[in-house]
Amino acid sequence: MAVIRDVMPAFDLLQPASAADAQKLLETYREDAWVMAGGMDSFDWLKDRIKKPKVLVDLSGVDELKGIRSTGDGVEIGAMTTLTEIANHPEIKKNYGLLSDAVERVASPQIRNQGTLGGNVSQDARCWYYRAGWPCYRAGGNECYADTPVGRNREHAIFGADRCVAVHPSDSAPALIALDAKFVIHNSKGEHVVDAEDFFVGPDIDITRLNMLNPGDLLTAIRIPSTWSGAKFYFEKVRDRNVWDFPLMNVASAMKLSGGNIDEMRIAVNAVAPRPLRLKAVEAAVRGKPADATTGEMAGKLAVQGAVPLQFNAYKIPLMRNLVKRAIGGVQETSWTS
Amino acid sequence: MSESDDLKQNDGAAKTITRRNFILGVIAGGAVVSAASYRFLAHSRRPLPGAGERLITLYVNGKPRRVDVMKQETLAWTLRYKLGLTGTKLGCDRAECGSCTVLIDDTPYYSCSVLTHTVRGRNVTTIEGLAAADGKLHPVQQAVVDSQGFQCAFCMPGFVMSAVAFLKSHPNPTRAEMAYGVSGNLCRCQDYSKILDSMMRAAEYMRRA
Repeated sequence: MAVIRDVMPAFDLLQPASAADAQKLLETYREDAWVMAGGMDSFDWLKDRIKKPKVLVDLSGVDELKGIRSTGDGVEIGAMTTLTEIANHPEIKKNYGLLSDAVERVASPQIRNQGTLGGNVSQDARCWYYRAGWPCYRAGGNECYADTPVGRNREHAIFGADRCVAVHPSDSAPALIALDAKFVIHNSKGEHVVDAEDFFVGPDIDITRLNMLNPGDLLTAIRIPSTWSGAKFYFEKVRDRNVWDFPLMNVASAMKLSGGNIDEMRIAVNAVAPRPLRLKAVEAAVRGKPADATTGEMAGKLAVQGAVPLQFNAYKIPLMRNLVKRAIGGVQETSWTS
Repeated sequence: MSESDDLKQNDGAAKTITRRNFILGVIAGGAVVSAASYRFLAHSRRPLPGAGERLITLYVNGKPRRVDVMKQETLAWTLRYKLGLTGTKLGCDRAECGSCTVLIDDTPYYSCSVLTHTVRGRNVTTIEGLAAADGKLHPVQQAVVDSQGFQCAFCMPGFVMSAVAFLKSHPNPTRAEMAYGVSGNLCRCQDYSKILDSMMRAAEYMRRA
């Protein structure tokens, strides 16, 4: 444990009071600006001196980015709304319980009091080689230190790796994908709205970031349409400790049922790939089938097809199979038979 | 204006005291941070003009405190090393242990991971601010003392702050609920059973109070 003898290296702290002002600052400082929401991801980078931004744009004073509003069709959650507020919000709990379940499992109470939804979906990868400042692909270098015969890769990807094998660490992201949420991004060209799953970027597109936010972009809100309001939800997070830990894996699903059969389903798994993984093949395969363990087993097997484990994370394959099975058929006492 | 400049402006007495004695004196007296700063005390709660200033007013334990704060300074740093409120502990400095937990507007936060400049105008409560003016301990503090709810107690100020906030909104917790309430705090002595005993006693004291 480090003995704390000083604070972070100096930066200029800018504290806009409106989204428009924040936008202008990001536009002015571009690559030199670091956008800080709750700060729970930011401070590690700054304290470890691995990222040294000249300017920190603190969004905590921008009240218009906070709060949950009912729209005609669903809810709009300001990007700076804390995870605690989302977890306790009556309408979210009642109609979009998948999201309140997911954010309630993030980190610890204090972190949820400070961490925001916008920050949770925009956080950076947790690969410790990357976070410790190793010159890996994601940091702009030309090597992956995790994907070697002795690399510590128990927490890393089984899908979608391309040079970098880090996974996306967010708990809220798969829930937002399952709920078909839309992300609202503002920049100098105006407002853009993108589907939740398209917000996230894999290393094949850009290896140095996990999402589509460019310098100058500001994620202002996340809209959840009423499409999946009140559907049958399932969220499960598997982690080493019950508090603080990022997911070894999580699963989020929404099902519409009639008479025990699946009319329609959306399901996403995170911490298995560099982006939260929507399982479209599973969604198509379970349509019209009963929501039971048999369908779940079929879906689980389908979900892990094409998985490429690393040296120390092969456990993620049966784990993912089981989580997908549980999302569809519920938690079964019996174990796998095949 | 740096803190030393601030002191130089003070009367003759301030020039003769060491920084350490000065800060300890501040703690004992519960006075404002700088003997000179009373001249600048802002009693109004509205944000001061010039939000980029380093000399800011914090509201700590019910009192306005003028203090010179760097832009990159964390609240834990300000509380401990500028305001002398060393009851707030720094364990990991990474939002991973809970020792530095303080209340900001009655909500627990890791003060190691809050920039001091972001809490201007908000009410910060530290462990030093829990006891009543006459020295009577807060029920949670009293319960911890009565139950000997600690071994080394380094984590205890953080646990107490979390418990105070949690019990305000959950006056009748089960033991499991209480454990969830303080789940953002670690005890390296692994003394959780005794800590929970004392927190459950604290709930009882608070209901009686």
